Amino acid sequence: MLYPAVAVRSFRRYSTYRAATLAGIFTNSVFGLIYSYAYIQLWRAAPHAGGYDTRDAITYVWLAQSLVMTVAMWSGGTTDDLNERIRTGDVSVDLYRPVPLLWWYYAGDLGRATYHFCTRGLAPSLIGLVLFDIRGPASATAAAGFVVSIFLAVSVSFAVRFLVAATAFWVLDSSGVRLMSSVLSMALSGLTLPLNLVPGVAGTVVRALPWASYVQVPIDVYLGKHRGTDLLAALGLQALWAVVLLAGCALVLDRATRKVVVQGG
Amino acid sequence: MSLIDVRDLARTFVVRKRTQGHPPWRSRTRAEVRAVHDLTFSIDAGEMVGYIGPNGAGKSTTIKMLTGILVPTAGVLRVAGLDPSRQRTDLARRIGVVFGQRTSLWWDLPLRDSFELLQRIYRVDPVRHRRTLAEYVELLDLGDLLDTPVRQLSLGQRMRGDITAALLHDPEILYLDEPTIGLDVVSKGRLREFLRTLNAERGTTLMLTTHDLQDIEALCDRVIVIDRGTAVFDGPLAGLHQREDSRRTLVVDLVDEAPPIEVEGAETRRVDGPRQWLSFPAGQSAAPIVAAVAASYAVADLSIQEPDIEEVIREIYAGP
Amino acid sequence: MGEALAAYVAISRLWIRSSLEYPVSFAMMTVGSVLSTGIDFVGIWVMFSHLTTYGGFDLREMGFLYGTSQLAIGFADLVVGNVERIGMQIRLGRLDTMMTKPVPLIVQICADQFALRRVARIVQGSAVLAWAAWGVDWTPARIAVLVLMLTSGAAIFVGLFVSFSCVQFWTSDASELGNAFTYGGASLLEYPLTVFPRRVALGLTFVLPIAFANWYPSLYILGRHDTSGLPHWLELASPVAAGVTVVVTAAVWRLGVRHYTSTGS
Repeated sequence: MLYPAVAVRSFRRYSTYRAATLAGIFTNSVFGLIYSYAYIQLWRAAPHAGGYDTRDAITYVWLAQSLVMTVAMWSGGTTDDLNERIRTGDVSVDLYRPVPLLWWYYAGDLGRATYHFCTRGLAPSLIGLVLFDIRGPASATAAAGFVVSIFLAVSVSFAVRFLVAATAFWVLDSSGVRLMSSVLSMALSGLTLPLNLVPGVAGTVVRALPWASYVQVPIDVYLGKHRGTDLLAALGLQALWAVVLLAGCALVLDRATRKVVVQGG
Repeated sequence: MSLIDVRDLARTFVVRKRTQGHPPWRSRTRAEVRAVHDLTFSIDAGEMVGYIGPNGAGKSTTIKMLTGILVPTAGVLRVAGLDPSRQRTDLARRIGVVFGQRTSLWWDLPLRDSFELLQRIYRVDPVRHRRTLAEYVELLDLGDLLDTPVRQLSLGQRMRGDITAALLHDPEILYLDEPTIGLDVVSKGRLREFLRTLNAERGTTLMLTTHDLQDIEALCDRVIVIDRGTAVFDGPLAGLHQREDSRRTLVVDLVDEAPPIEVEGAETRRVDGPRQWLSFPAGQSAAPIVAAVAASYAVADLSIQEPDIEEVIREIYAGP
Repeated sequence: MGEALAAYVAISRLWIRSSLEYPVSFAMMTVGSVLSTGIDFVGIWVMFSHLTTYGGFDLREMGFLYGTSQLAIGFADLVVGNVERIGMQIRLGRLDTMMTKPVPLIVQICADQFALRRVARIVQGSAVLAWAAWGVDWTPARIAVLVLMLTSGAAIFVGLFVSFSCVQFWTSDASELGNAFTYGGASLLEYPLTVFPRRVALGLTFVLPIAFANWYPSLYILGRHDTSGLPHWLELASPVAAGVTVVVTAAVWRLGVRHYTSTGS
């Protein structure tokens, strides 16, 4: 019962930032508008680019904007707290607690992601629906797969952010690492441009990387680009990354704990 | 003409509070708070004035108006002939402000850098700056701290840094808002000594808000007492004591419980088990009373309580 | 005016010195910023593997729009970017201490914590612009317009940053709102304005004169005309738009400061 409680508390905590949420939705929507028109133009010249048609592309834009905060692409997740606590040294208190730190933050991040999905996730999508008549999920399976895919996306994103935050145990100023991580997230998640548009080998590579799980994969599932076994494969890759990276987090945390206990932080 | 001239100054705030039990879109109550009203006084160059009052009396509000941070809602306000809120930057060159709770130094930079920056900002002649800085560094013992980032300084160290920062450009007026708050006894004493010297040697006008009556005793020739937004006393410090019986309290912890202590020069006000509270006039030394008590009773411990500013003011309000 | 500039230089110099004390960290942050701000152009470049002209513009011309847009917002971000944090400064009570110093408030807010690494955007924008400029048929008139465009664009974005940040004098919650207009505006300007509906183009010409930061002058330099039928003299009107923006911004700022000094914190 502990972890659901952590998640719920996290949900409630993030729900108090009402004005910031509204401002954020506004920003997401403005970018949604800009990219929608930019993509309309692109698909006018290349009607089937990346396997999408124009309506797919516009749906992509709004869903991507919806997912940005849910996935907490570079900041805004519970890992920000972790970062702060490592920086101030308070984390040593957390490490002595009987509750595994990793699951604590993970549960909290899922709670937060749920809140952000319900607000900064649904709102831009609704706006996209009203303004551009974006597509609904391709099928019931696609819808279900979408939800699962988002859960996995948040998990992968959390793990990456956790690892980045954990560098603060060893590095005095982790802002450089965090910046690099956000660069990679922005570039490789499919936020700025669908990864399916990246040609050749480069395209194959970026689609296999963990960042593709953030935005590209969930949206492709939604749009029904992955069907049948292909769908399982796509979700499976996400799940694989999630498992591998979370295991990595556990390992890193173990090392860090030993360092803190031995060296006293 | 006075250096600081305040006439019928008033400052009203509109406070909107969310009322409980109402839906968010209907729940605002609007109240007008008169933080300062009908405030009149003038301060001449070279004076050392204590500006005291209970919490919420309007002290900080007054200082904010005097420094141009807040615009008055009514009245006339002139400092060095300038209107603070309209001629803020002109006035800023001639005043120094030390906030007890906040620093005016740059938080992440070493102390030295803050001073260097201030020299440029206030356009102080470099030679004079170096001399002044060296003087204050020595007087306030900042030598070892110059390369420390401000955020790593202790409160006392930061306060000394803030004072230096406020005085580097040789201002005519120095405002101090609760400067000794949180400082230990030794630091307080040194700070007071420093300010006294400053006033004596450079003629800097001092206006000091504080809760610590000893600050007032040590530094101020004149005291303005402000309560609920307006001045209730304005005159020499001695007058404050004469107006009412400012009293100190000797707290005695006896070894055993005893009936109320009877001793010359003090009045036992309260008894609680072995502890007794003896009140005596503030101007009097505690030493003879302590000696008398110790001579006649078995004393485990003693301490002396200074008169509370709130009490002093309450007494003023209560009348002679 | 000169005093204000001198004070700005004095304050920012200290921060520059402070950040250069950790050269490795600074280099990493700057390189990271170059990458993070340059991703958009990578996206545009990838787009061009699917088409040869975008809204009638080839890649070099797109680079021209991109570069000029980045320079405008890059300069503004570098010089006044910190004005976005004015809400935080108010909350921390720092505005009061700033007001006891004989330096204009705006200078202190913008120069405090001056971040030299923000020059990254200018660097990558200049690189793309230099490449794009190679394909332009330069004449003395066009060079003059270029200079005017760059200065006007910078002024317009400075105005945008400051004006929208003034909201924070009234409410501290909506600080993100400005982002939609500043960063959103810069993103929009990476694309030809004709890609957007006419209403948007009109709004960005006569309401929020963002389009004067690069679009109209670029048309003149690239030897094109606006296909949506707006008058040609707009191409030379950047300085006017910049002037208007600066005047309005100064007024809004004064209003904000007066509100602050009239209500206290």
